[in-house]
Amino acid sequence: MNIIMQIRRIVLISVLALGAVSLLLILLGISPLTIGITLAKGSIFSWLKFNHVLSVWIPLLLCSCGLLFTFRAGLWNIGVEGQVICGAIGATLVLRLDNTGLPPAALLSLALFSSFLAGGLWGALAGLLKTKGGVNEIFGGLGLNFVAQGAVLWLILGPWKRAGMASMSGTDLFPRELWMWIPPGWRVAPAAMVLVIIIFLLTSLILNASQFGLKIKAAGFNPQASRLFGIRPGLVGFTAMSIGGGLAGLAGGVQVSCVYHRLIPSISSGYGYLALLVVMLAGYKVTPVPIICLLFACLAAGSIQLPITLQIDSSLSGVIQGALVLSGLLVYGLQQGKSRGH
Amino acid sequence: MEVSIPSLVAAILVMAAPLVLAALGETLTEKAGVVNLSLDGTILLGAMSGFVIASESQSVLLGFIAAACTGASVGAVLAIIGVRLGQSQVAVGFALTFLCRDLAYFLGNPYARQQGPQLETLQIPILSKIPFLGEAFFSHSAIVYVSLLAIPGCYYFLYHTRQGLILRSVGENPDGCWARGINPLRVQILYTVIGGGLVGLAGAAFSLAVKPGWGHPQGCEGIGWIALALVIFGGWNPIRVAAGAYFFGMLQLLGIYFQDYFTTIPPQIFQVAPFPLMIFALILINLGHKSRNQKLTGWIKLFSGRPPNWLGKTYKQT
Repeated sequence: MNIIMQIRRIVLISVLALGAVSLLLILLGISPLTIGITLAKGSIFSWLKFNHVLSVWIPLLLCSCGLLFTFRAGLWNIGVEGQVICGAIGATLVLRLDNTGLPPAALLSLALFSSFLAGGLWGALAGLLKTKGGVNEIFGGLGLNFVAQGAVLWLILGPWKRAGMASMSGTDLFPRELWMWIPPGWRVAPAAMVLVIIIFLLTSLILNASQFGLKIKAAGFNPQASRLFGIRPGLVGFTAMSIGGGLAGLAGGVQVSCVYHRLIPSISSGYGYLALLVVMLAGYKVTPVPIICLLFACLAAGSIQLPITLQIDSSLSGVIQGALVLSGLLVYGLQQGKSRGH
Repeated sequence: MEVSIPSLVAAILVMAAPLVLAALGETLTEKAGVVNLSLDGTILLGAMSGFVIASESQSVLLGFIAAACTGASVGAVLAIIGVRLGQSQVAVGFALTFLCRDLAYFLGNPYARQQGPQLETLQIPILSKIPFLGEAFFSHSAIVYVSLLAIPGCYYFLYHTRQGLILRSVGENPDGCWARGINPLRVQILYTVIGGGLVGLAGAAFSLAVKPGWGHPQGCEGIGWIALALVIFGGWNPIRVAAGAYFFGMLQLLGIYFQDYFTTIPPQIFQVAPFPLMIFALILINLGHKSRNQKLTGWIKLFSGRPPNWLGKTYKQT
């Protein structure tokens, strides 16, 4: 598809979604311009606020990369939310170890690796339910999400409870030396930034320019035909689920080691589900994903200002995100209909 | 706490009423071959619109009508993009789930934690005086009776009327229907809208009867996913689907009772526990169905079902 058509599509989607949301706001007697300015002020007008945007962008992009693998394999990995939680649990497990004698840097790396492993295992479990048990991955994943949420509550209120009293605000903070290094005046760890950029480049490389990427695509696009080329679609799907889960788990690990420095009940912050919307809006393509992640992160970070300055519920950002995805699907549908010659 | 069997049965019927409505709505939609994944968001949006309209007009009935219309409109959006334009129904439904949820929180914000009207208990004359049965079945709010009547109603419609036959055949073989002069797309769109209406009604059943009021969170989050799972594992049969809904109501109720008995375990665990328990009960049934164990099959047949042949696929007119 040529560039002009792509641009036309992007403009069409934005005009449709923003037009619909603006209309709604005008009907409610709220000026869309004020909302726009507030959102921008809360996200990109200051270094500190932009840091907040980046701290959303990092886990969102990690989850999206994981989902690119599973979508490419033709699987709906709704379990991504639980995989983020499991990754967070995996990282906390390592960071709570006493007397390991390891230097903090090694322990932090080990924690991130453990989060990848834990998320990957959770993803693999959903993959196993699908390939061996014939359980639809949407419901297997959903069930595992509920289990992960239950597990994190149990850990925080039970075995890992705060010294003295269990509290919904989370576990005790880790010792200072186990906080990922953040430069003064920053809010995001440079290490996490580097990590996420490397992961994105690797994802892009694997999916678009490797034999394994081609296998995933073949197994997702036409499992029956892929068998003729010696590809085992079940195995490929299982691997994609494991990698996708691992990357989502890494997002959880980053949240624990770089942002909260403890385990909290809402550790996933819904980034897993949001990432599903990101990848859908990207039309399941790799290149637009980081840009859409940035846009969604700006909306999420900017919306924190809404209740404070305008007494408007912050879920407005979710409305804008949802409207964008829905008009994206509408525009894809209309253009496909046209190209089929209706 | 005093626990008697009739009051327990009554509580389960109330708890499960919205779930029954939502799951039956989805059963109709899926039988016609369309997956409406947006249930969790639609229920919230229905709950919000029902509560807001009922508060503004001081009429519970108007609230229920508004909620049904809201759910039907969400169904219509899915029908346009997912059926008419042939986009992935799962994708559209998923996007709608989150759009509706956030829209509900955003629009309902001024009404959060406010007093509002709610459905009154409607004692059925004479019948409610029967010992045991009266308390269990005949002294509820109107929406509970609606949910009870909807189960045989839905079954009768699907399996004993001509319209029901058309609905099912569109879900099985749209090409065949087209050849017989039925427009499959029109049927699919119709039942996506009607099913959506029932789901919207389920939302109002929460905000105007079962868990009165509106807030962020409302308390009905997650139910939509359970309803979706029920339809699949209930084998697309209205009666089995409803049985699953009552089972889930029982799990929720047990959670509330156990909370008082096991004070050492944090109550949050009991609030979350029914969800994984339900999904895994369903998965076990599904796995058991696949095994070749002869002893099991007889029992498991109760829960088995075959999906409509055309479920989730896009029908293209040729």
